[in-house]
Amino acid sequence: MSRILEIRDVEVTFEVGPLMRRRSILGVAGVSFDLHSGETFAIVGESGSGKTTLACAINGLQGISAGSIRFDEHRIDTLGARSMKPLRRRMSMMFQDPVGSLSPRMKVGNLIAEPFRIHGIVDKNPSVEVPRLLSLVGLTPEFADRYPHQLSGGQARRVGVARAIALDPDLIIADEPTAGLDVSVQGEVLNLLNDLRERLGLAMIIITHNLHVVHHVADRMAVMYLGRFVEVGDTDEIFRAPRHPYTAALLSANPEPDPDKARDRIALPAEVPSLLARPAGCEFHSRCPWVAARCMSEVPEFVQSETRKVACHTPLEPGARPPELEVTQ
Amino acid sequence: MTVLSIKDLNVTFSTEGGRLHALKDVSFDVPERRIVGVVGESGCGKSTLINAILGLLADNGRVDAGSITFEGEDLTRLGPARMQELRGQRISTVFQDPMGALNPVLSVGRQMRNIQYRSGRSRSEKDARSEAMLRQVRIPDAQAALARYPHEFSGGMRQRVAIAMALMMRPALLIADEPTTALDATLEVATIELLRELQQDIACSVLFISHHLGVIAELCDDVVVMYAGEVVERGTTRQVFHTPRHPYARRLLECDPARQSGRTRHLPTIPGEIPDLRQRPPGCVFATRCDQRVDACDKVPPDVAVETGHVARCVLAEAR
Ligand SMILES: Nc1ncnc2c1ncn2[C@@H]1O[C@H](COP(=O)(O)OP(=O)(O)OP(=O)(O)O)[C@@H](O)[C@H]1O
Ligand SMILES: Nc1ncnc2c1ncn2[C@@H]1O[C@H](COP(=O)(O)OP(=O)(O)O)[C@@H](O)[C@H]1O
Ligand code: SF4
Ligand code: SF4
Ligand SMILES: [Mg+2]
Ligand SMILES: [Mg+2]
Repeated sequence: MSRILEIRDVEVTFEVGPLMRRRSILGVAGVSFDLHSGETFAIVGESGSGKTTLACAINGLQGISAGSIRFDEHRIDTLGARSMKPLRRRMSMMFQDPVGSLSPRMKVGNLIAEPFRIHGIVDKNPSVEVPRLLSLVGLTPEFADRYPHQLSGGQARRVGVARAIALDPDLIIADEPTAGLDVSVQGEVLNLLNDLRERLGLAMIIITHNLHVVHHVADRMAVMYLGRFVEVGDTDEIFRAPRHPYTAALLSANPEPDPDKARDRIALPAEVPSLLARPAGCEFHSRCPWVAARCMSEVPEFVQSETRKVACHTPLEPGARPPELEVTQ
Repeated sequence: MTVLSIKDLNVTFSTEGGRLHALKDVSFDVPERRIVGVVGESGCGKSTLINAILGLLADNGRVDAGSITFEGEDLTRLGPARMQELRGQRISTVFQDPMGALNPVLSVGRQMRNIQYRSGRSRSEKDARSEAMLRQVRIPDAQAALARYPHEFSGGMRQRVAIAMALMMRPALLIADEPTTALDATLEVATIELLRELQQDIACSVLFISHHLGVIAELCDDVVVMYAGEVVERGTTRQVFHTPRHPYARRLLECDPARQSGRTRHLPTIPGEIPDLRQRPPGCVFATRCDQRVDACDKVPPDVAVETGHVARCVLAEAR
């Protein structure tokens, strides 16, 4: 498998606050990972932890303030819009809100043909391509004449997939591709993405809150907290034995569809620190049930051991339970 | 006591291709102090149902038949002024995106004060109540939080603020449409635990819409399963999750990735499409996708009470 993406120490800075008291925050605070073609990589984490920002940075929609991004061995973060264009068509993005990201006055057919126009592609005939793409995502040609508001959530998502694959990309970044979908349609969209990945050899980054989904679709996964990865590794292994306390809490919280299931949860205080006041030491220490004295001052390194990377002074052993079960709210 | 009782509700939209029958003969109750979950395929009419209850159907939509009885009044017959009065006071809402409910240019304290405009309280009394409410949803440093603007809170906190505002006037009914979809699992669980606690404290009922069957199982007392604008099954959460009697409900539960024991790349789905709601099939609405259909399915199936409180709209469902 060839490496399609190389992300190194990427940071994204935002200026926030009123003009006179402008401050900068790190939305993404030093993220590194590699992605190979044919691979599915999932990013999970708190809402606001920087997942979408990271996705936009990879896609060039958001400038980065440090680090580097290589796509197919081309350094892309330093490219201008012009030189980026031919590369941009090889990666596509599915946005969080499918209907909101589809222009309401354009019919589905035009929406699907739009990427060809934007990239000035004249050797493809839209009247051939549109029905082909619609059928690839399981929609009949009649859908070309519909407007976005006439689609159900699942149909809108399929149109989003059709647009995303229109230019035959090498990488798809899907931000919450199934949020708001019921489980059967969610299964359809994920199966569709997976088939396309297999057939077209795509690499995929999937951002989602749904851990059950991650478990089934992703080869590797990263857990993000306050703009950093705190744990990265093989999905199956992480589900079997999470090593970072935040990962363990996330996995234990995952609601199961059984009203009588006993729930053995690692409770966390709901207070997520602000990016304007990042905690000293380990940034998870304000919520970590395993917190120790050194965690409050010493920043844990992001250590690689075998196939796993973890940022914690004392990574968990399999099945570890919090030291005191009565956790404060 | 029943807070909300929906009887044979039919809602249609006029469209270019004819009238679209979005809700067909929908009946169910939301009893006092219970949390009722609504699940179903995208486009099955959950939002339409909420909009009908709130009197906020799109211009091309109308209630053709049926009633929505809330605290003794039929909401389908109320004028816009009375509906507006009920919304935010007796019936309140929380949505997926809390920013939709929050005004970005007003401080949270100001917005919470505004909600209490009809309470006759003094300004400082209102602020004290707002502060207490924020404390109840565990916003740290509640007094200072009143002066902050929505964007200064994280996503999870914002949803808590939205919940605090929705429950401020102690409504009889809270309608929550996917309120935890944008939250990670730890915050999702914390938010549903909080909702449960507040619901008991305020003694209100909740109509809770979610695609996350795990969240429904954990939070809801009762469940309503919708398909193509019809309630195909309803009962207690245990009845529906443990012994689903409608083929669609059963298949839906089977599709949950959480139920796949091993790791699989290919997730189960329900092949086929929801029928065109402008041309509803004459018989069972699920017939085109049902793997158990029989000749009798060509006729509209009855609502069969399989057990007390457990109803399925299928010819195969039989009372036990
Ligand atoms: N344009 C911007 N200006 C200022 N801050 C921003 C901007 N965009 C994002 N942020 C901040 O950066 C952080 C990361 O945001 P981002 O939207 O990427 O999170 P996310 O993980 O995708 O969240 P969600 O799951 O809710 O979509 C947040 O604290 C957010 O408030
Ligand atoms: N304003 C409208 N005009 C025409 N059809 C509509 C309108 N609003 C909703 N519908 C249709 O009604 C059905 C139910 O939609 P909706 O209530 O949004 O479902 P859900 O919330 O479950 O996704 C869908 O077939 C949808 O296309
Ligand atoms: S370094 Fe300390 S505070 Fe941070 S995750 Fe590990 S144990 Fe918890
Ligand atoms: S009535 Fe017939 S077609 Fe409909 S769900 Fe029951 S068995 Fe299936
Ligand atoms: Mg996002
Ligand atoms: Mg909806």
